[in-house]
Amino acid sequence: MLWRYVPPIAVFVAVLIAWQAYAVITGAPAYLLPKPLAVLRSLVADRDNLLSSLGWTALAALGGFAASALIGVSIAVLLSTSTILRRAFYPYTVFFQTVPIIAIAPMLVILMGFGILPVVVCAFIVSVFPVIANTLTGLLSTDPALVDLFRLYGARPVAAMWKLRLPSALPNIFTGLRISAGLAVIGTVVAEFFVGEIVRGEGLGVRIVSATKQGEPDLAFAAVLLASLLGLTMFGAVNLISHFALRRWHASEQ
Amino acid sequence: MQEIVTSPHATGVGIEVRGVRRVFDSGVIALDGLSLNIHPGEFIAILGPSGCGKSTLLRLIAGLDKPQSGSITIADDPDTPATKAREHLAYVFQDAHLLPWRSVLDNVALPLELLGIQRGQRLAPSRQAIERVGLSDAVDRYPNQLSGGMRMRVSLARAMVTQPRLLLLDEPFAALDEITRQRLDEQLRELWLAARMTVVFVTHSTAEAVFLADRAVVLSKRPGQIIADHTIELPPNRAGPIRATPEFARQTRVLYEALDRGQT
Repeated sequence: MLWRYVPPIAVFVAVLIAWQAYAVITGAPAYLLPKPLAVLRSLVADRDNLLSSLGWTALAALGGFAASALIGVSIAVLLSTSTILRRAFYPYTVFFQTVPIIAIAPMLVILMGFGILPVVVCAFIVSVFPVIANTLTGLLSTDPALVDLFRLYGARPVAAMWKLRLPSALPNIFTGLRISAGLAVIGTVVAEFFVGEIVRGEGLGVRIVSATKQGEPDLAFAAVLLASLLGLTMFGAVNLISHFALRRWHASEQ
Repeated sequence: MQEIVTSPHATGVGIEVRGVRRVFDSGVIALDGLSLNIHPGEFIAILGPSGCGKSTLLRLIAGLDKPQSGSITIADDPDTPATKAREHLAYVFQDAHLLPWRSVLDNVALPLELLGIQRGQRLAPSRQAIERVGLSDAVDRYPNQLSGGMRMRVSLARAMVTQPRLLLLDEPFAALDEITRQRLDEQLRELWLAARMTVVFVTHSTAEAVFLADRAVVLSKRPGQIIADHTIELPPNRAGPIRATPEFARQTRVLYEALDRGQT
């Protein structure tokens, strides 16, 4: 079982070694190409501050992701109930996907103040569309024969939604959530760039900006590394939940 | 709604189809003025080439679709067929169409659940229906752990769990191999002999129609018109080997000839 983790870890280690070797041989300056070992060193040296930042970023990313899951699925459920609603509103949900978040983030901060709220909202905006789109696809591709069967026994629309449409859309919902988990972290870090150092809790995005300004690229990279690991962890958690929810019946988890 | 479960000997209902016309949005005329009387408790097979409107007829009887003109009355039922009759009606599709996230038991219990019957009262009839199709060992299994034939038997059990007075089947075993299909045909015939509900069985197989039904109606190609209404003259109890008797062949021949007439 554990053998399956060997290839990806081997690739990871090989890339780090090659990177370190390249940086040492070419003598590239640290602000262009920090050495992995140096990044590791500043990660350990500054661990208290970094971990506290990771906590803030994780909180905001989880908040945005939870909002995406809840609101995204609800919007999709609503849109799936009526062709007219779908025609009227679905095109505008695409805005979530296309809005240039870098341009929007400062406005959100001005609008909502320098707290965690604009950060969560930003994470939500970036990560909600994949949930809506995938859930809607799942809800609309319910087996028509089963829809007929439910109709035949006089099932109410709410029962058909709970007992038929939502469960059959579950594999699609998880696909959306998987994509959304990583995006929520990206949205969080981008928003944190603009929140600045005024907030009490400084997220990883704040660290990245300040470390870069102060000429500490190793520290900035350490923060980037933590943000990536956070995204990876959230992705993994969604995968795990998906596995347990679907393993009995869906081919993707067997 | 409770009486569906508790009345053990509900008998079949009669169906009167009068001048039914159904034109699809595409302009295709599926049925044009079809009339047919189905007697209570009868096992009738509807036979015809692909696209002759036989599935459309079944959907109309089930109330899943509405005709442009004409009427369908489910007799022995004081209310309109579209609403109340549903509790007495069951439908089996071309494939099993089970809920993959539910066990066999929960799949079979689904109709009772949708009709609003309490959890405690769903168990006994569901187990009984599963037993009748010979799947008692598989109650806790999931559909993807079953063979195609077993899945179809679960589908049959799900249809029978409400003790329907009218059972509609739309080429239910067409996707199965020959041997499995014959076994299921035998099982269905036994179910009917025990319960005596009205059965409308749509098929494109003459042999299946002869083995199962007491009456076979042959439809022409679209729009479907009745070209033969044939009473199958075979004993009520039919075992597998009856398929090899001269009498069986004679009955099959009548239907083949009717199908040929419908082609021209």
